[in-house]
Amino acid sequence: MTQVERRQWDVVIVGAGGAGLRAAIEAREQGLRTAIICKSLFGKAHTVMAEGGIAASMGNVNEGDNWQVHFRDTMRGGKFLNHWRMAELHAKEAPDRVWELETWGALFDRTKDGRISQRNFGGHEYPRLAHVGDRTGLELIRTLQQKIVSLQQEDFKETGDHESHLKVFQECTVTRVLKDGDRVSGVFCYERETGRFFVVEAPSVVLATGGIGKSFKVTSNSWEYTGDGHALALLAGASLINMEFVQFHPTGMVWPPSVKGILVTESVRGDGGVLRNSDGKRFMFDYVPDVFKEKYAESEEEADGWYEDPAKHRRPPELLPRDEVARAINSEVKAGRGTPHGGVFLDVSTRMSADVIKRRLPSMHHQFKELADVDITAQPMEVGPTCHYVMGGVDVDPDTGEALGVPGLFAAGEVSGGMHGSNRLGGNSLSDLLVFGRRAGLYAARHAESFAAGERPLVADAEIDRAAAEALRPFTPEEVAEGGTPENPYTIHQQLQQSMNDLVGIIRRDEEMARALESLAELRERARHAGVEGHRQFNPGWHLAIDLRNMLLVSECVARAALNRTESRGGHTRDDYPAMDREWRRANLVCTLTDPDATSGAGAGAAGQISLRRREMPPIRADLLELFEKEELIKYLTDEELTA
Amino acid sequence: MSTTSAENGTADAPAGERPSTSYDAHFRVWRGDTDGGGLEDFTVEVNEGEVVLDIIHRLQATQAGDLAVRWNCKAGKCGSCSAEINGRPRLLCMTRMSVFERTDTITVTPLRAFPVVRDLVTDVSFNYQKAREVPSFAAPEGLGPGEYRMQQEDVERSQEFRKCIECFLCQDTCHVVRDHEENKPAFAGPRFLMRVAELDMHPLDAAEEQGLDRKTTAQDEHGLGYCNITKCCTEVCPEGIKITDNALIPLKERAADRKYDPLVWLGNKIRRRE
Repeated sequence: MTQVERRQWDVVIVGAGGAGLRAAIEAREQGLRTAIICKSLFGKAHTVMAEGGIAASMGNVNEGDNWQVHFRDTMRGGKFLNHWRMAELHAKEAPDRVWELETWGALFDRTKDGRISQRNFGGHEYPRLAHVGDRTGLELIRTLQQKIVSLQQEDFKETGDHESHLKVFQECTVTRVLKDGDRVSGVFCYERETGRFFVVEAPSVVLATGGIGKSFKVTSNSWEYTGDGHALALLAGASLINMEFVQFHPTGMVWPPSVKGILVTESVRGDGGVLRNSDGKRFMFDYVPDVFKEKYAESEEEADGWYEDPAKHRRPPELLPRDEVARAINSEVKAGRGTPHGGVFLDVSTRMSADVIKRRLPSMHHQFKELADVDITAQPMEVGPTCHYVMGGVDVDPDTGEALGVPGLFAAGEVSGGMHGSNRLGGNSLSDLLVFGRRAGLYAARHAESFAAGERPLVADAEIDRAAAEALRPFTPEEVAEGGTPENPYTIHQQLQQSMNDLVGIIRRDEEMARALESLAELRERARHAGVEGHRQFNPGWHLAIDLRNMLLVSECVARAALNRTESRGGHTRDDYPAMDREWRRANLVCTLTDPDATSGAGAGAAGQISLRRREMPPIRADLLELFEKEELIKYLTDEELTA
Repeated sequence: MSTTSAENGTADAPAGERPSTSYDAHFRVWRGDTDGGGLEDFTVEVNEGEVVLDIIHRLQATQAGDLAVRWNCKAGKCGSCSAEINGRPRLLCMTRMSVFERTDTITVTPLRAFPVVRDLVTDVSFNYQKAREVPSFAAPEGLGPGEYRMQQEDVERSQEFRKCIECFLCQDTCHVVRDHEENKPAFAGPRFLMRVAELDMHPLDAAEEQGLDRKTTAQDEHGLGYCNITKCCTEVCPEGIKITDNALIPLKERAADRKYDPLVWLGNKIRRRE
């Protein structure tokens, strides 16, 4: 039997980004002892990379804004595949979540009358994003981090121990959610520094692990984004929905090669940046889809007028939702009108003075100057699509964030599915983290409280042994057949990224996705032979070998769901089915683990590890449907739904 | 593996081809753990536009699978990949290989002011402990969420300090603690003295109304007096924050005012009696 330390807490949060920290604050404020487990140092989470802002209809810049307008924009952005209840809660609660940050010390940029400033962004009808230059995510993380420290200071006064009620286990990784029958009983973890295993026993576990971008080669995501929470949920018996929808942000850096994929904030376009091809043409006017025709400008003149007088002009097409802009850039490059390094030009230098650019976009100025020798106050940037965000995630109850079918398991933020439908609007992620982070923390606390002393779900020794054996497997990989060479986890990871990028990327077609599934089966097999050197202390090769299980699982979900959905919508574009299909609007593709009892994520051969089924979405509540004009709804809903 | 990279317009050239601009560089990387260690030599490929972190990653993928290094964003925004390159504290992800000659030997070592965990990873818990010692933002009474009003010019001073990515390079380079372990208990370091300044300059921080004088505590509890404004912290800050000029010197001036201003002294006496 494996000897591991067991610790007892009420609520465990996996992940310390915006959603995880907001959940932890809520659970602790409900009076519960809360543990946060995160792969990196406290305060380094991927949320710091968010640049543009937090969407919330505070109406500080345009009084016409309110939750109904935000709800409409969110549904349009997601092409009506969003879970309407989540979109409703999000739009209603986002302003309170932003204002609350100020009471914890956040310092947003201000309007002239001293309120929180709000900026324009793609798909948002009014200036709506609360921001701090182009480093809003950093402000969000730092504010939540400092709020947690302040709660720990309060606890110290009471108990003499900063960590008595709220503790961060930093640089620790969860490899399994543990269960007692159907109910969650804790998590199995290892400490990166020492390689030691430990178990945290708790009746409530909140997954807040972010996304899956590290399964793609060109990505704006950090090494942490290996789909851990998605995989943990699957392995614990939960299901994932909407996994075919992956957002390719239209503007990532394309040169030099080593920075390819690093994000260029949408604020560049929100603040007036224009996209041009190598002929110097502002090509976005050619790519306004029918569903958005009435809302976007048809000429450069009209578009330029909008910046000064938005009431009398329509919006520039550069501010279409991200999926539209990414596809347009991809088409321009494919048609041979790209830049020398295979992107398009994004220019902000013609509209704003150097001083204004440096003040409004300081990180972008710094990033291009330091990494690409480009001065964005004088020269255009070269940009192209980069894998940025997964709309798919854990199938949750919209109000509580509890995973359907797994009592005690919750998910919030990017790892949960439904909120953004087929495509997320910029700025709606930070608000999502706060709104649903708080909700998950609240309901996780209530769930934990519902157990009387001594009645909590238990962690069995046998389960710990299984988890420990699985985590140690990379040190004793299966022997390779005679004549074969041992596998290197880094090589397998690189091939997985290449495969997903090329075969299930921004533009998809049937036979390529089928090939991706074959390639995943082959990589799964090879991963069983991937061994690592050295020992368990801070060994990145070992960590990657463990993370490969998760990436292989979520990549299969993406490929399988994408192959099945025979239409194009949001973050899922098919060459062979280029149109949006109203029948598909009502359908969620649900992924579950085929064999929940399999001890290893590897194996299962070409048949794969994931089962897929199609499920009807609940009809949109009548009063929410009434927020839209009938002419608009006709584009999305079936005749049957419209007459119901 | 066959690919269809042409379809996805921005994909790379096929793997395996080595571009003509690449060359082999000589690296020396410190490897070891709490029991000791030393510099290890590597010859490793470098391509156009790469940063030092790319080279460390290539070493991991090809020569030293268990080489320990911290990193996250690779864009200078998270402050994880702090180390010393040729003795200078820097972010690995923001140090271009083009700043070196092709024939240079590039030496990469862990942050010197903190205990080594393994290879390039150090134990930075000192910083988290210091963070806990600074009293948090004190919300003003009588102002609810949504009622805060502040002018842009008034928030800008603190906003500069909130650009801090907590890379701890300033903490590493500061000579008060760099080779003086004995000063650590009494000295918060530039990062957290700057945090005191940030809160002190926050237009709505109500610490003073609640009986906390941040200026005095900077001096008495966080070791501001140890700082003799050599500006080493400012020089290494990857965010270009003027730590010394804009945070530490003003804080020193304010603290000095507090100490010697008889009116402030009297006011404090009276408040304490209430």
